[in-house]
Amino acid sequence: MDLISKYLPYILAGISVGGQYALIAIGYTMVYGILRLINFAHGDIFMAAGLIMIYLAATMPLAIALPFVIIITVFIGFAVERVAYKPLRTAPRMSVMISAIGVSYLIQNLALYVTGGLAKTYPSIPWISDTIKIFGSTTKRVTVITPILTVVLIAALVLLIKTTKIGMAMRAVSKDFDTSQLMGIKINTVISVTFIIGTFLAAVGSLLYFSNYTAIVPTSGAMPGLKAFVAAVFGGIGSIPGAVIGAFIIGICENIIKSGGSSWTTFSDAFTFVLLIVILFVKPTGLFGEKATDKV
Amino acid sequence: MSEETKSTNNCVLKLEDLTMQFGGVIAVNDLNLEVNQGEIVALIGPNGAGKTTAFNCITGVYEPTNGKVTYLGNTIVENHPQGKMKKLYTGENDGKYSNVVSQTPDKITKIGIARTFQNIRLFKSMTVFENVLIAKHLHMKQNVFSATFRINRAEEKRARMETESLLEEQGLLHLRDELAAGLPYGLQRRLEIARALATSPKLLLLDEPAAGMNPQETQELSDFIKQIRDKYNLTILMIEHHMDLVMYISERIYVLDFGKLIATGTPAEIQNNQRVIEAYLGVAEDA
Amino acid sequence: MKTNNKKNSLLTIFILIGVFVLVFVLEQILPANAMLFTVLQKGVIYALVAVSMNLLNGFTGLFSLGQAGFMLIGAYCYGIFTIPVLERASVYQYFDGGIIKFALPVPIALILAGLAAAVFAALIGIPVLRLKSDYLAIATLGFAEIIRAIFQWDKLGPVTNGSNLLRKFPSFNDFNITDANGAVIIRMSTLVPFIIVGICVLIIVLLINSSYGRAFKAIRDDEVAAEAMGINLFKHKEMSFVISSFFAGVGGALLAMYQMTIQASAFKSNMTYEILLVVVIGGIGSVTGSCIGSFLFIACSEWWLRGLDSGTFLGINAPVIFRSGFRKVVFAVIIMAIVLFYRKGLMGENEFSAYGIRNFFLRIFNKKKGEAKK
Repeated sequence: MDLISKYLPYILAGISVGGQYALIAIGYTMVYGILRLINFAHGDIFMAAGLIMIYLAATMPLAIALPFVIIITVFIGFAVERVAYKPLRTAPRMSVMISAIGVSYLIQNLALYVTGGLAKTYPSIPWISDTIKIFGSTTKRVTVITPILTVVLIAALVLLIKTTKIGMAMRAVSKDFDTSQLMGIKINTVISVTFIIGTFLAAVGSLLYFSNYTAIVPTSGAMPGLKAFVAAVFGGIGSIPGAVIGAFIIGICENIIKSGGSSWTTFSDAFTFVLLIVILFVKPTGLFGEKATDKV
Repeated sequence: MSEETKSTNNCVLKLEDLTMQFGGVIAVNDLNLEVNQGEIVALIGPNGAGKTTAFNCITGVYEPTNGKVTYLGNTIVENHPQGKMKKLYTGENDGKYSNVVSQTPDKITKIGIARTFQNIRLFKSMTVFENVLIAKHLHMKQNVFSATFRINRAEEKRARMETESLLEEQGLLHLRDELAAGLPYGLQRRLEIARALATSPKLLLLDEPAAGMNPQETQELSDFIKQIRDKYNLTILMIEHHMDLVMYISERIYVLDFGKLIATGTPAEIQNNQRVIEAYLGVAEDA
Repeated sequence: MKTNNKKNSLLTIFILIGVFVLVFVLEQILPANAMLFTVLQKGVIYALVAVSMNLLNGFTGLFSLGQAGFMLIGAYCYGIFTIPVLERASVYQYFDGGIIKFALPVPIALILAGLAAAVFAALIGIPVLRLKSDYLAIATLGFAEIIRAIFQWDKLGPVTNGSNLLRKFPSFNDFNITDANGAVIIRMSTLVPFIIVGICVLIIVLLINSSYGRAFKAIRDDEVAAEAMGINLFKHKEMSFVISSFFAGVGGALLAMYQMTIQASAFKSNMTYEILLVVVIGGIGSVTGSCIGSFLFIACSEWWLRGLDSGTFLGINAPVIFRSGFRKVVFAVIIMAIVLFYRKGLMGENEFSAYGIRNFFLRIFNKKKGEAKK
């Protein structure tokens, strides 16, 4: 019983953070599945969503601000793809990856400029930031809401991919980019939709994630972004359930490590990468990834 | 074992029960093949018959699922179904082999097996000269320090001389500073062969050397292949679809269909083999 | 052809000596706090790190993002072993003066910094270099993060000083020759880093033009074909990775000397990104491109674009727009423009050669002569 009351808060926090990572990870995994691109800018868009929330919440009521945050973020994601990735469709993969790093650099610097380098206080969203009690341990309501919302959103996404026409197109493109183009699939539409879905989920994740933190700085998105990416690799990049499971595992593990005391907190970030390297070494394609053989 | 193979004849390459299974598909099925010293042997068969896969197994690009490859009496590749394949394996001779011998392609090249590729794989950003010079890297006596600080000057000079004379022999010397990517198709194929020769092989594996060539070029190529065989004392195993070429230069022919060996013999025997004709043209119904 | 090469390298050597002499003279006549020296010192350090990254990304085709991690190892290794014994008590004030009770001479510490980074790279390379391009990128990035976390761990405090600063180790200013009273007689604080980096870059260039360099390029162009040519992929990739990391380590040590303090939190992935962008600006696969790119990058961000941050730029006074951080935004936009529209960078895969310059001027000269005749 002692053990439970000691670790429960960490496990709860882990599940919650895991859900938030999952929402970001899907953006990575879907983009990778279709473009074979690590979208380095995804974590920064996630951060940008947080900043937009701060600025909007200061000028309008929350009920209006929330949808606007999501709409603006989605637009950013869409614009980034059109401006920075689309012109490089036929370029070597390294160029596109460099472009993604460039976008990440640009967004961070823009954020630095806009905020003037100061940490900005995140507004507390009523109801989801309220404190509640579960099994005797106090936590914010967002901790409970995150996993539920994550599961609901992902179920909807899976349904979308399995049943709709655009979902079928997405599956086709991720299987074979060139052939699906020949089959008359509008590749640019599919890619845009992928980015829109990815940034939508990241925006929702951002609302949940940052309500646990007091402030945002321009580099706030880098770490959760990287971790979510690792989650996607861990689960097998391109696989949505893989990304979700990977995200929950990473979220829970790093919070359990944090429970070990202050000297271990340094390692909660490093742990993620240890996990990454172990999985790449043992099973390079991740838990649910498909094996691809190069044709010689 | 090795004595037995040595005693049989001057066998250079021997495949025994070679099987390659991808998931549930058997690409190469129980292939047995022998190439003797100085021979030109052709491996033919319809598209997707598993010819290139067999090449990839020999050269270490793929690890075969089952079977063994012997080169000059030494086992260079051997495997048996393991791990997941243990259950999935549907090929023959399961349990016949117990050793696992596996080598990376560079080791195979080092012991004297060179190859060309079906879809030309030259180093595109390099010149003709550099493409061939690369192949000299493996036999140069040097380490990274002696190379960086130019202590290996004599070795480097020798490699350059050898490359030059090889290009001269191949009639490519006048193109030495051209970019490989800029050469016409036929010359790219020639350069790929020259590059393979530069590794000083004893056995040369040619993967569709005449692909995309017109009859005139093909004719030239067949003389060329014979020429290099005699000049460099080579043994040649090639995959080819041009039947004129195959019939003209090969001493023996192996025919693959759906991964399985369906016929073997001299060109004349193969030309009259009913199964081969069926494999290529399909079975006529009620004929 | 042969004679051209010889002439070329002779000319290059003359130009390089000219650069060194120029740096030396400038240092004696200009005030020591001139912006130029900041740019030259930091630029030359970035040049080394960018060239070392180019060896990996541009010449071997390995997309690695671990550069900041190896620089961190180099910087720490240098700092830990060179802090004077007398100063250790004050630097390691929370760790009883640390456990290392000796100090090494600067040249040895620099080499040690490179070796430490190289050893780490060799260990990391074993699992990581078997991965395909983008997995390699993320794994190396991850390793850099792990290294950073380890160096900040307070259990290692007696060695690394935990998350506190390392300081009081010899800096560039200690290269200056002083008289008995400590007054500077001859300034060497910019020349010496130039010489160190010059030697390092020369070694990298020699390597790239050697048989091994050709093997690296073969791997970049086509791994399967390179392997079929008898090139052991793992061995050569590991070699390139280790050598690149060695020079990144030396670069990290130089950066520590320049900054005079070391803190692990400065070596974030952003630093790697900046170096990568320098490589891209200069041209992936061009050593001279990386060098020119570094100086341009540092000159822009530290000097020429400063006005963008402080209210006035090119005579336009608009403090509302030109405020802190705007410089970096403009900079990022320029970089994106290069990445998108000028993908080959300044130099592409070409090198800036003395002979090329000479020919260029000769051509202009001849043209003029031709026009005059008309």
